[in-house]
Amino acid sequence: MSLDPLLNLAERVRAAAAEGHALELVGMASKRFYGETPRGTPWVLTREPELRGLRAYEPAERVVTVGAATPLAELEALLAQHGQQLACEPPRFGGEGTVGGLIATGLAGPARAYAGGVRDSLLGLTLIDGQGQLLKFGGTVMKNVAGFDAARLMVGAMGTLGLIAEASFKLSPLPAATLSLRYDLPQQEDGLYAMQQAALQGFPLSASAWWNGQLLLRLSGAPEALQAAARRLGGDALPPELATAFWAGLRHQTDEFFVGAVRALQAGSGISVWRLSLPATAPELVAPGEQLVEWGGAQRWLVTPLKPAAVRELAERAGGQATLYAALDKNCPVFTPAEGVQRQIRQRLKARFDPRNIFNPGRLSPD
Amino acid sequence: MKMPAPDDALIARKAEIVRALRRIVPGEGVVSEPAALVPFESDGLSAYRQQPLAVVLPETTAQVSEVLRWCQANGVKVVPRGAGTSLSGGALPLADGVVVGLSKFNRVLEVDYANRCAVVQPGVTNLAITGAVEAQGFYYAPDPSSQIACTIGGNVAENAGGVHCLKYGLTLHNVLGLRGYTVAGEPIELGSMSGALDCAGPDLLALAIGSEGLLCIVTEVLVRLTPKPELARCLLASFADVAQAGAAVAALMAGAITPAGLELMDGPMTIAVEDFVHAGYDLSAAAILLCEADGSPETVDAEIAAMRQTLQACGATRIDESRDEAERLRFWSGRKNAFPASGRVSPDYLCMDASIPRARLAEMLNAISALQQRWHLRCFNVFHAGDGNLHPLILFDAKDPDQIRRAEGFGAEILERAVAMGGSITGEHGVGIEKLGGMCVQFSRAELEAFHAIKSCWDAEGRLNPGKAIPQLQRCAEGGQLWVRGGQLPHPGIERF
Repeated sequence: MSLDPLLNLAERVRAAAAEGHALELVGMASKRFYGETPRGTPWVLTREPELRGLRAYEPAERVVTVGAATPLAELEALLAQHGQQLACEPPRFGGEGTVGGLIATGLAGPARAYAGGVRDSLLGLTLIDGQGQLLKFGGTVMKNVAGFDAARLMVGAMGTLGLIAEASFKLSPLPAATLSLRYDLPQQEDGLYAMQQAALQGFPLSASAWWNGQLLLRLSGAPEALQAAARRLGGDALPPELATAFWAGLRHQTDEFFVGAVRALQAGSGISVWRLSLPATAPELVAPGEQLVEWGGAQRWLVTPLKPAAVRELAERAGGQATLYAALDKNCPVFTPAEGVQRQIRQRLKARFDPRNIFNPGRLSPD
Repeated sequence: MKMPAPDDALIARKAEIVRALRRIVPGEGVVSEPAALVPFESDGLSAYRQQPLAVVLPETTAQVSEVLRWCQANGVKVVPRGAGTSLSGGALPLADGVVVGLSKFNRVLEVDYANRCAVVQPGVTNLAITGAVEAQGFYYAPDPSSQIACTIGGNVAENAGGVHCLKYGLTLHNVLGLRGYTVAGEPIELGSMSGALDCAGPDLLALAIGSEGLLCIVTEVLVRLTPKPELARCLLASFADVAQAGAAVAALMAGAITPAGLELMDGPMTIAVEDFVHAGYDLSAAAILLCEADGSPETVDAEIAAMRQTLQACGATRIDESRDEAERLRFWSGRKNAFPASGRVSPDYLCMDASIPRARLAEMLNAISALQQRWHLRCFNVFHAGDGNLHPLILFDAKDPDQIRRAEGFGAEILERAVAMGGSITGEHGVGIEKLGGMCVQFSRAELEAFHAIKSCWDAEGRLNPGKAIPQLQRCAEGGQLWVRGGQLPHPGIERF
């Protein structure tokens, strides 16, 4: 029996644990800005050949297994050659990002509300825990309820529970066709209402966005079905190349809205960029600054000078959470802090999976 | 199946325990007479029976919390129970434990159509959720075959699937939030009870779904509602050879369409259900596939045409297309009644639940066919083919101990093969007590330890549904992997019928 090549990395984790040596797990560093400030010695995982590349891919299975340090661009290019994709449309900032980073952050793209998030596509993973043990959770099959769902537990954990070494995803076929419709709706409330109505009526939506007086809906499916839906939905059909560029801009955050937000940040104008996860039906946020709505209303981007406490209060009142996405000075917890029992359970999980606190210490919540 | 040895000292305290529980849940909410406990002795895995100390049927969340607190303080184990339809023994009582039944939590509390979700109590049946919202054109998508009886609380505990989860997802994909209590009776909320999609931090909601009642007791579930498709149409395709049917499944899944349902029944299964429901199935086929499309009329037309072409190219000998809703439901009636139909043919059956890569369906069917010869038992095959989730039904007579031994050996070999193919011992029915041995095959010692560690993060004393879902490491060491070979299972410690 051949030894698992990951054992070599597991040994290094054990050594770090023995010394209590904190490690910052880094892929392509494209999401390094996200979350609490990284601490520990950077371990650049893309340099570890054991963590890169394809492990298994059978297009007919609609499942892929890859090393977690594999660049998303590389993986998605391969999938596209076979007419498939990751349904959650992972963002690639500056064209970069790895599979492991996708899982750790759980950041999904425009299709999130319609095709599911990172957790919904993830089938299983191999983890190296804080004691250097190789653990396989979940698997490569669609349905699997053996054991606790510890694979999906890692989504959003910001790499604090272990080093994600390999992951398996279920894949979706690329849609036969897409069609994007544009509407002039100066009031955000009207945009929100229109997004909800389209979703309630069962149209084959795959993305939606409202910004700056315009609503955009993306439909995906059989061409005949899209034409029929468009007849009922009205609006102006966007030329395909323009539509593709728009949704890519939203997904990878190169859109004008995000470019403007970064410019304002860098200008030191005292604003912060917040990402709010709310019930889709939450009303327009009453806040100074710019807002962009996605996911049928379930994701709101807010570029605002408001104080963190005020933004968190807005989110809480609307029934959701606010994440401090980007700021020059993160002077508050980035993520809505867990409370009560949930906080205790999280702390115990961390203590069990990473007893020496070596993985990404403080990255999820300031100690 | 060997459960942890009961604590005789606790059993001796039964009267005191019952009195204390009655103070929390007065009247008929505490069942303690042996005769009255009989209906609670087992769940859907009825070969295993055990009387609990008592059954508590709380009516309020305050009572749930208080019962849990009392049990925790007094060292009493708790087994949560929904409708008792588990096929893996997840709700099997413990001799020294109390069953907390959630059947009285049977209301749909709130429906928010604009946000496409509803807050339901755990004792609401799966089908009743749809019943509550269908007038407004919505439904709850996951549809396990037992949906008329099984409850959403149990669905959450098992991460239940169904025939339409290929396109619409499992319970995991259709539940946005949970509210409940830890074993210590403390309130906990997981995910979002207001329908927000993302919550910061590790996904504890996903961890709780499918946790088989080991982590918490759920008292409210926020479910996603789906707009009822304008139209659904089903193809019924016959194949002269199971391998061809398996290849057709692979060909369909390699394409650009995700069928709304894709199910396979082999010839013997088809004959048994036809005799039961008279759906008009092709009795000469070696296997039939049910293949559905839903959505707008244009979507359905396009997808049905494409799928028909694929089925034909894969050698379908006959394809029927449902002409109306009544006919579509008739096509499905047989599939949904596969289990009761098997019950009519054989005094007992062992229902397997392995998941495998779908491209290997034909290989597995052939293997099962060979195993029938070897174990001298018949097996019906009904598969969620699109998901690669198999339900071979091994027919036997439990009055004959040798047949029990053979059925278990047969089943164990199927599971071992599934794991060897990169699959799982259970796709949707859960481990319960039934597949504890299989867990030793599928997971390493370190992984099983990690599961125990996760359990202890929620329930340090191991009082909530202990002995289920994760095997004791000692048991794996004793059985090794031998449990699956030659039917040499440990002698059951519990009486069977």
